[in-house]
Amino acid sequence: MAQVTAVTPVARMVGSNRVVQGKGIVYPLGDAGLDPEEEKDLRRSIVKQALEALRSEA
Amino acid sequence: MRVVHYLNQFFGGLGGEEEANIAVEVREGAVGPGRLLEQVLGDGSTVVKTVICGDNHAAENLDSVMELVVEQVRESQADLFVAGPCFVAGRYGVAAGALCAAVQAELGTPVVTGMAVENPGVDLYRQELYIVDSGENVADMRAALIKMAAIARKLAANEDVGRPADMGYIPRGIMKDEIVEESAAVRLANMILAKTTGQPYETELTQTGFEPIPAPPPVPDLSEATVAIVTDGGLVPAGNPDGMPAIASTIWGAYDIAAVDDLEGADYEVYHRGYDNRHVLNDPDRLVPVDVLKELEKAGEVGKVYEQFLSMTGLANPLANSRRIGREIAESLKNAGVDAVILTST
Repeated sequence: MAQVTAVTPVARMVGSNRVVQGKGIVYPLGDAGLDPEEEKDLRRSIVKQALEALRSEA
Repeated sequence: MRVVHYLNQFFGGLGGEEEANIAVEVREGAVGPGRLLEQVLGDGSTVVKTVICGDNHAAENLDSVMELVVEQVRESQADLFVAGPCFVAGRYGVAAGALCAAVQAELGTPVVTGMAVENPGVDLYRQELYIVDSGENVADMRAALIKMAAIARKLAANEDVGRPADMGYIPRGIMKDEIVEESAAVRLANMILAKTTGQPYETELTQTGFEPIPAPPPVPDLSEATVAIVTDGGLVPAGNPDGMPAIASTIWGAYDIAAVDDLEGADYEVYHRGYDNRHVLNDPDRLVPVDVLKELEKAGEVGKVYEQFLSMTGLANPLANSRRIGREIAESLKNAGVDAVILTST
Protein backbone atom coordinates (compact mmCIF):
# COMPACT_ATOMS: atom_id res chain seq x y z
CA MET A 1 0.00 0.00 0.00
CA ALA A 2 1.15 3.50 -0.82
CA GLN A 3 -0.54 6.33 1.05
CA VAL A 4 -1.04 9.70 -0.63
CA THR A 5 -1.59 12.49 1.84
CA ALA A 6 -0.70 16.12 2.39
CA VAL A 7 -0.07 15.38 6.06
CA THR A 8 2.86 13.00 5.69
CA PRO A 9 4.11 13.29 9.32
CA VAL A 10 0.85 11.78 10.59
CA ALA A 11 1.05 8.94 8.08
CA ARG A 12 4.64 8.20 9.12
CA MET A 13 3.83 8.49 12.82
CA VAL A 14 1.18 5.77 12.61
CA GLY A 15 3.57 3.49 10.74
CA SER A 16 2.61 3.87 7.08
CA ASN A 17 5.52 2.43 5.09
CA ARG A 18 5.10 4.00 1.67
CA VAL A 19 4.06 7.62 1.97
CA VAL A 20 3.66 9.93 -1.03
CA GLN A 21 3.32 13.69 -0.64
CA GLY A 22 -0.19 14.80 -1.60
CA LYS A 23 -1.02 18.31 -2.78
CA GLY A 24 -3.41 19.49 -0.08
CA ILE A 25 -5.63 18.29 2.74
CA VAL A 26 -8.75 19.21 0.78
CA TYR A 27 -7.46 17.50 -2.38
CA PRO A 28 -4.59 15.07 -2.01
CA LEU A 29 -4.53 14.60 -5.80
CA GLY A 30 -5.69 17.93 -7.13
CA ASP A 31 -5.22 21.68 -7.07
CA ALA A 32 -8.14 24.01 -7.70
CA GLY A 33 -5.66 26.78 -8.56
CA LEU A 34 -4.49 25.05 -11.73
CA ASP A 35 -6.28 24.80 -15.05
CA PRO A 36 -7.81 21.35 -15.67
CA GLU A 37 -5.02 20.03 -17.91
CA GLU A 38 -2.27 21.13 -15.51
CA GLU A 39 -4.22 19.70 -12.62
CA LYS A 40 -4.51 16.33 -14.33
CA ASP A 41 -0.77 16.38 -15.02
CA LEU A 42 -0.19 16.99 -11.32
CA ARG A 43 -2.52 14.11 -10.43
CA ARG A 44 -0.81 11.82 -12.92
CA SER A 45 2.57 12.66 -11.45
CA ILE A 46 1.39 11.92 -7.89
CA VAL A 47 -0.22 8.62 -8.93
CA LYS A 48 3.00 7.67 -10.75
CA GLN A 49 4.97 8.40 -7.58
CA ALA A 50 2.57 6.13 -5.69
CA LEU A 51 3.08 3.37 -8.28
CA GLU A 52 6.85 3.82 -8.02
CA ALA A 53 6.58 3.50 -4.23
CA LEU A 54 4.60 0.25 -4.67
CA ARG A 55 7.30 -1.11 -6.98
CA SER A 56 10.10 -0.24 -4.53
CA GLU A 57 11.33 -1.67 -1.24
CA ALA A 58 9.91 0.34 1.64
CA MET B 1 -11.28 -12.40 48.82
CA ARG B 2 -14.27 -13.82 47.00
CA VAL B 3 -13.41 -14.13 43.34
CA VAL B 4 -15.38 -14.77 40.17
CA HIS B 5 -13.16 -16.09 37.39
CA TYR B 6 -13.77 -16.15 33.63
CA LEU B 7 -12.18 -18.78 31.38
CA ASN B 8 -12.62 -19.77 27.75
CA GLN B 9 -13.44 -23.35 26.77
CA PHE B 10 -9.79 -24.31 26.46
CA PHE B 11 -8.62 -23.15 29.89
CA GLY B 12 -11.96 -24.24 31.34
CA GLY B 13 -11.05 -27.79 30.30
CA LEU B 14 -13.97 -28.24 27.88
CA GLY B 15 -11.91 -28.62 24.71
CA GLY B 16 -10.04 -26.80 21.99
CA GLU B 17 -11.15 -24.94 18.89
CA GLU B 18 -13.74 -27.61 18.12
CA GLU B 19 -15.60 -26.58 21.27
CA ALA B 20 -15.37 -22.81 20.60
CA ASN B 21 -19.13 -22.60 20.05
CA ILE B 22 -19.93 -23.97 23.49
CA ALA B 23 -22.44 -21.82 25.38
CA VAL B 24 -21.67 -20.11 28.65
CA GLU B 25 -21.76 -22.21 31.82
CA VAL B 26 -21.27 -21.37 35.48
CA ARG B 27 -19.42 -23.70 37.85
CA GLU B 28 -19.15 -23.53 41.62
CA GLY B 29 -15.55 -23.08 42.77
CA ALA B 30 -12.26 -22.87 40.91
CA VAL B 31 -11.47 -24.59 37.61
CA GLY B 32 -8.02 -25.08 36.03
CA PRO B 33 -5.97 -21.88 36.36
CA GLY B 34 -8.46 -20.73 39.01
CA ARG B 35 -6.89 -23.14 41.53
CA LEU B 36 -3.50 -21.56 40.94
CA LEU B 37 -5.12 -18.15 41.23
CA GLU B 38 -6.44 -19.06 44.70
CA GLN B 39 -2.94 -20.14 45.71
CA VAL B 40 -1.18 -17.00 44.55
CA LEU B 41 -3.86 -14.71 45.99
CA GLY B 42 -3.40 -16.41 49.36
CA ASP B 43 -5.15 -15.11 52.51
CA GLY B 44 -7.88 -17.71 52.19
CA SER B 45 -9.06 -16.26 48.88
CA THR B 46 -11.56 -18.45 47.08
CA VAL B 47 -12.85 -18.59 43.56
CA VAL B 48 -16.54 -18.85 44.32
CA LYS B 49 -17.73 -19.10 40.72
CA THR B 50 -16.08 -19.89 37.42
CA VAL B 51 -17.77 -18.76 34.22
CA ILE B 52 -16.68 -20.74 31.16
CA CYS B 53 -17.62 -19.86 27.60
CA GLY B 54 -16.54 -20.90 24.11
CA ASP B 55 -14.58 -18.19 22.30
CA ASN B 56 -16.94 -18.04 19.34
CA HIS B 57 -20.03 -18.05 21.50
CA ALA B 58 -18.59 -15.19 23.58
CA ALA B 59 -17.64 -13.19 20.48
CA GLU B 60 -21.06 -13.64 18.90
CA ASN B 61 -23.13 -13.14 22.06
CA LEU B 62 -21.01 -10.66 23.95
CA ASP B 63 -23.90 -8.60 25.31
CA SER B 64 -25.69 -11.54 26.88
CA VAL B 65 -22.45 -13.03 28.26
CA MET B 66 -21.62 -9.63 29.75
CA GLU B 67 -25.03 -9.45 31.37
CA LEU B 68 -24.65 -12.94 32.83
CA VAL B 69 -21.17 -12.30 34.17
CA VAL B 70 -22.18 -9.01 35.81
CA GLU B 71 -25.10 -10.83 37.42
CA GLN B 72 -22.87 -13.64 38.70
CA VAL B 73 -20.39 -11.17 40.21
CA ARG B 74 -23.25 -9.25 41.84
CA GLU B 75 -24.98 -12.36 43.22
CA SER B 76 -21.73 -13.82 44.52
CA GLN B 77 -20.91 -10.57 46.31
CA ALA B 78 -17.46 -10.98 44.85
CA ASP B 79 -14.58 -8.71 45.83
CA LEU B 80 -12.75 -9.35 42.60
CA PHE B 81 -13.39 -10.39 39.01
CA VAL B 82 -10.54 -12.01 37.11
CA ALA B 83 -10.55 -12.95 33.42
CA GLY B 84 -7.87 -15.11 31.88
CA PRO B 85 -4.93 -14.71 31.47
CA CYS B 86 -5.53 -15.00 27.74
CA PHE B 87 -1.97 -14.88 26.29
CA VAL B 88 -2.31 -14.44 22.49
CA ALA B 89 -5.84 -15.88 22.18
CA GLY B 90 -7.56 -12.98 20.41
CA ARG B 91 -11.26 -13.76 20.87
CA TYR B 92 -10.58 -14.75 24.47
CA GLY B 93 -8.74 -11.45 25.07
CA VAL B 94 -11.46 -9.34 23.50
CA ALA B 95 -14.14 -11.11 25.57
CA ALA B 96 -12.06 -10.87 28.77
CA GLY B 97 -11.55 -7.13 28.22
CA ALA B 98 -15.24 -6.52 27.53
CA LEU B 99 -16.33 -8.53 30.59
CA CYS B 100 -13.85 -6.78 32.91
CA ALA B 101 -14.91 -3.38 31.58
CA ALA B 102 -18.59 -4.24 32.11
CA VAL B 103 -18.10 -5.48 35.69
CA GLN B 104 -15.96 -2.46 36.54
CA ALA B 105 -18.44 0.00 35.06
CA GLU B 106 -21.64 -1.55 36.41
CA LEU B 107 -20.58 -2.79 39.84
CA GLY B 108 -17.33 -0.94 40.62
CA THR B 109 -15.84 -4.31 41.59
CA PRO B 110 -12.05 -4.52 41.10
CA VAL B 111 -11.14 -6.37 37.90
CA VAL B 112 -7.90 -7.60 36.42
CA THR B 113 -6.96 -9.57 33.34
CA GLY B 114 -3.81 -10.64 31.53
CA MET B 115 -2.84 -10.83 27.85
CA ALA B 116 0.11 -10.74 25.53
CA VAL B 117 0.79 -7.24 24.21
CA GLU B 118 -0.17 -8.42 20.70
CA ASN B 119 -3.63 -9.55 21.81
CA PRO B 120 -6.31 -7.37 20.13
CA GLY B 121 -8.01 -7.07 23.53
CA VAL B 122 -5.09 -4.88 24.62
CA ASP B 123 -5.74 -2.11 22.11
CA LEU B 124 -9.42 -2.15 22.95
CA TYR B 125 -9.19 -2.10 26.74
CA ARG B 126 -5.73 -1.00 27.93
CA GLN B 127 -6.95 2.47 28.84
CA GLU B 128 -9.79 1.20 31.01
CA LEU B 129 -8.26 -1.86 32.63
CA TYR B 130 -5.24 -3.24 34.37
CA ILE B 131 -4.05 -5.79 31.83
CA VAL B 132 -1.03 -7.75 32.98
CA ASP B 133 1.48 -8.50 30.25
CA SER B 134 1.20 -12.30 30.30
CA GLY B 135 3.57 -12.85 27.39
CA GLU B 136 2.69 -15.38 24.69
CA ASN B 137 3.74 -18.54 26.45
CA VAL B 138 1.02 -20.43 28.30
CA ALA B 139 3.75 -22.04 30.42
CA ASP B 140 4.11 -18.61 32.10
CA MET B 141 0.64 -18.98 33.62
CA ARG B 142 1.94 -18.85 37.18
CA ALA B 143 4.06 -15.72 36.60
CA ALA B 144 1.08 -13.97 34.99
CA LEU B 145 -1.26 -14.94 37.83
CA ILE B 146 1.23 -13.72 40.45
CA LYS B 147 1.30 -10.28 38.79
CA MET B 148 -2.50 -10.27 38.45
CA ALA B 149 -2.86 -11.19 42.13
CA ALA B 150 -0.52 -8.38 43.21
CA ILE B 151 -2.60 -5.83 41.31
CA ALA B 152 -5.85 -7.37 42.59
CA ARG B 153 -4.70 -7.04 46.23
CA LYS B 154 -3.89 -3.36 45.71
CA LEU B 155 -7.21 -2.69 43.99
CA ALA B 156 -9.12 -4.51 46.73
CA ALA B 157 -7.31 -2.51 49.42
CA ASN B 158 -7.98 0.68 47.47
CA GLU B 159 -4.26 1.35 47.23
CA ASP B 160 -2.41 3.05 44.40
CA VAL B 161 -1.48 0.34 41.91
CA GLY B 162 1.88 1.81 41.01
CA ARG B 163 3.73 2.05 37.75
CA PRO B 164 3.22 -0.30 34.81
CA ALA B 165 6.90 -1.30 34.69
CA ASP B 166 6.98 -2.11 38.42
CA MET B 167 3.71 -4.01 38.51
CA GLY B 168 3.93 -5.74 35.14
CA TYR B 169 0.82 -4.33 33.52
CA ILE B 170 0.47 -2.79 30.07
CA PRO B 171 0.67 1.05 30.22
CA ARG B 172 -2.76 2.65 30.33
CA GLY B 173 -1.60 6.06 29.17
CA ILE B 174 -2.28 7.70 32.53
CA MET B 175 0.02 10.47 33.80
CA LYS B 176 0.22 11.05 37.54
CA ASP B 177 1.78 13.84 39.58
CA GLU B 178 4.74 12.80 41.64
CA ILE B 179 7.14 14.62 43.95
CA VAL B 180 10.76 14.11 42.92
CA GLU B 181 14.07 15.35 44.34
CA GLU B 182 15.64 16.78 41.22
CA SER B 183 14.40 19.70 39.11
CA ALA B 184 13.28 19.15 35.53
CA ALA B 185 16.52 20.76 34.26
CA VAL B 186 18.69 18.30 36.20
CA ARG B 187 16.56 15.33 35.18
CA LEU B 188 16.64 16.41 31.54
CA ALA B 189 20.42 16.91 31.57
CA ASN B 190 20.87 13.48 33.15
CA MET B 191 18.65 11.89 30.54
CA ILE B 192 20.56 13.52 27.69
CA LEU B 193 23.85 12.40 29.23
CA ALA B 194 22.56 8.87 29.60
CA LYS B 195 21.15 8.83 26.08
CA THR B 196 24.31 10.18 24.42
CA THR B 197 26.57 7.81 26.34
CA GLY B 198 24.37 4.79 25.65
CA GLN B 199 23.24 4.35 29.27
CA PRO B 200 19.70 3.27 30.15
CA TYR B 201 17.24 6.02 31.02
CA GLU B 202 13.48 6.29 31.41
CA THR B 203 11.55 8.96 29.56
CA GLU B 204 8.94 10.89 31.54
CA LEU B 205 6.75 11.42 28.51
CA THR B 206 5.96 8.29 26.55
CA GLN B 207 4.20 9.00 23.28
CA THR B 208 1.23 6.89 22.30
CA GLY B 209 2.80 3.78 20.94
CA PHE B 210 2.20 2.64 17.40
CA GLU B 211 3.63 -0.79 16.83
CA PRO B 212 5.89 -0.90 13.80
CA ILE B 213 4.05 -2.37 10.82
CA PRO B 214 6.18 -4.67 8.67
CA ALA B 215 6.32 -3.27 5.15
CA PRO B 216 4.69 -5.55 2.60
CA PRO B 217 7.07 -6.60 -0.18
CA PRO B 218 7.09 -4.43 -3.30
CA VAL B 219 5.13 -5.37 -6.42
CA PRO B 220 7.91 -5.02 -9.00
CA ASP B 221 5.70 -5.50 -12.06
CA LEU B 222 2.51 -3.50 -11.76
CA SER B 223 1.62 -4.20 -15.39
CA GLU B 224 0.49 -7.63 -14.19
CA ALA B 225 -1.09 -6.38 -10.97
CA THR B 226 -4.56 -5.40 -9.82
CA VAL B 227 -4.45 -2.04 -8.05
CA ALA B 228 -7.25 -0.76 -5.82
CA ILE B 229 -7.99 2.76 -4.65
CA VAL B 230 -8.98 3.19 -1.01
CA THR B 231 -9.77 6.51 0.60
CA ASP B 232 -10.48 7.76 4.11
CA GLY B 233 -11.93 10.96 2.65
CA GLY B 234 -15.57 9.84 2.85
CA LEU B 235 -16.48 9.77 -0.88
CA VAL B 236 -19.68 7.84 -1.56
CA PRO B 237 -22.13 7.61 -4.49
CA ALA B 238 -24.96 10.16 -4.55
CA GLY B 239 -27.67 9.11 -2.13
CA ASN B 240 -25.13 7.59 0.29
CA PRO B 241 -26.38 4.00 -0.09
CA ASP B 242 -24.63 2.64 3.03
CA GLY B 243 -25.48 5.58 5.27
CA MET B 244 -21.84 6.60 5.74
CA PRO B 245 -21.64 8.94 8.75
CA ALA B 246 -19.66 12.17 8.44
CA ILE B 247 -17.76 11.51 11.65
CA ALA B 248 -16.55 8.48 13.65
CA SER B 249 -17.64 6.00 11.00
CA THR B 250 -17.96 2.37 12.03
CA ILE B 251 -18.53 1.25 8.45
CA TRP B 252 -16.77 1.31 5.10
CA GLY B 253 -18.18 1.01 1.61
CA ALA B 254 -17.14 -0.46 -1.74
CA TYR B 255 -18.39 1.34 -4.84
CA ASP B 256 -18.37 0.19 -8.41
CA ILE B 257 -16.09 1.96 -10.90
CA ALA B 258 -15.71 -0.88 -13.41
CA ALA B 259 -17.33 1.10 -16.22
CA VAL B 260 -16.25 4.56 -15.10
CA ASP B 261 -13.22 6.36 -16.55
CA ASP B 262 -13.65 9.68 -14.84
CA LEU B 263 -15.56 10.51 -11.65
CA GLU B 264 -18.17 13.26 -12.03
CA GLY B 265 -19.08 15.43 -9.07
CA ALA B 266 -22.80 15.08 -9.72
CA ASP B 267 -22.59 11.33 -9.11
CA TYR B 268 -20.96 11.54 -5.67
CA GLU B 269 -21.26 12.98 -2.20
CA VAL B 270 -18.72 13.40 0.60
CA TYR B 271 -19.42 12.44 4.21
CA HIS B 272 -16.51 13.84 6.19
CA ARG B 273 -16.72 16.85 8.49
CA GLY B 274 -12.95 17.15 8.86
CA TYR B 275 -12.17 19.08 5.67
CA ASP B 276 -13.82 21.45 3.22
CA ASN B 277 -15.48 18.99 0.83
CA ARG B 278 -16.25 21.43 -2.01
CA HIS B 279 -13.14 20.78 -4.10
CA VAL B 280 -13.65 17.03 -4.06
CA LEU B 281 -17.34 17.48 -4.86
CA ASN B 282 -16.30 19.56 -7.88
CA ASP B 283 -14.07 16.74 -9.09
CA PRO B 284 -13.91 13.49 -7.06
CA ASP B 285 -10.77 12.42 -9.00
CA ARG B 286 -8.94 14.85 -6.75
CA LEU B 287 -9.51 12.29 -3.96
CA VAL B 288 -10.06 9.03 -5.84
CA PRO B 289 -7.88 9.34 -8.97
CA VAL B 290 -9.88 7.06 -11.24
CA ASP B 291 -9.24 9.20 -14.34
CA VAL B 292 -5.45 8.91 -14.40
CA LEU B 293 -5.30 5.38 -13.02
CA LYS B 294 -7.62 4.14 -15.79
CA GLU B 295 -5.41 5.93 -18.35
CA LEU B 296 -2.37 4.16 -16.87
CA GLU B 297 -4.31 0.89 -17.09
CA LYS B 298 -4.96 1.49 -20.80
CA ALA B 299 -1.30 2.40 -21.29
CA GLY B 300 -0.35 -0.93 -19.71
CA GLU B 301 1.51 0.55 -16.76
CA VAL B 302 -1.08 -0.98 -14.41
CA GLY B 303 -2.55 -4.41 -15.10
CA LYS B 304 -6.03 -3.72 -13.82
CA VAL B 305 -7.76 -1.08 -11.76
CA TYR B 306 -9.85 -2.94 -9.17
CA GLU B 307 -13.53 -2.70 -10.06
CA GLN B 308 -14.51 -0.90 -6.87
CA PHE B 309 -13.07 1.92 -4.84
CA LEU B 310 -13.30 1.50 -1.06
CA SER B 311 -14.18 4.43 1.13
CA MET B 312 -14.66 5.38 4.77
CA THR B 313 -14.69 8.50 6.88
CA GLY B 314 -11.35 8.89 8.62
CA LEU B 315 -12.38 11.38 11.26
CA ALA B 316 -12.49 11.27 15.08
CA ASN B 317 -12.35 7.51 15.10
CA PRO B 318 -11.17 5.49 18.10
CA LEU B 319 -7.97 3.70 17.14
CA ALA B 320 -9.48 0.29 17.81
CA ASN B 321 -12.31 1.02 15.38
CA SER B 322 -9.95 2.28 12.69
CA ARG B 323 -7.84 -0.82 13.06
CA ARG B 324 -10.87 -3.06 12.71
CA ILE B 325 -11.97 -1.24 9.57
CA GLY B 326 -8.42 -1.46 8.21
CA ARG B 327 -8.30 -5.18 8.85
CA GLU B 328 -11.68 -5.72 7.19
CA ILE B 329 -10.70 -3.69 4.13
CA ALA B 330 -7.37 -5.49 3.84
CA GLU B 331 -9.04 -8.88 4.12
CA SER B 332 -11.69 -8.02 1.56
CA LEU B 333 -9.09 -6.78 -0.96
CA LYS B 334 -6.86 -9.78 -0.39
CA ASN B 335 -9.77 -12.14 -0.99
CA ALA B 336 -10.57 -10.25 -4.18
CA GLY B 337 -7.03 -10.83 -5.47
CA VAL B 338 -5.90 -7.19 -5.26
CA ASP B 339 -2.08 -6.92 -5.35
CA ALA B 340 -1.52 -3.30 -4.38
CA VAL B 341 -3.43 -0.37 -2.96
CA ILE B 342 -3.24 3.38 -3.28
CA LEU B 343 -4.71 4.89 -0.10
CA THR B 344 -5.62 8.55 -0.31
CA SER B 345 -6.01 10.50 2.91
CA THR B 346 -7.39 13.98 3.48
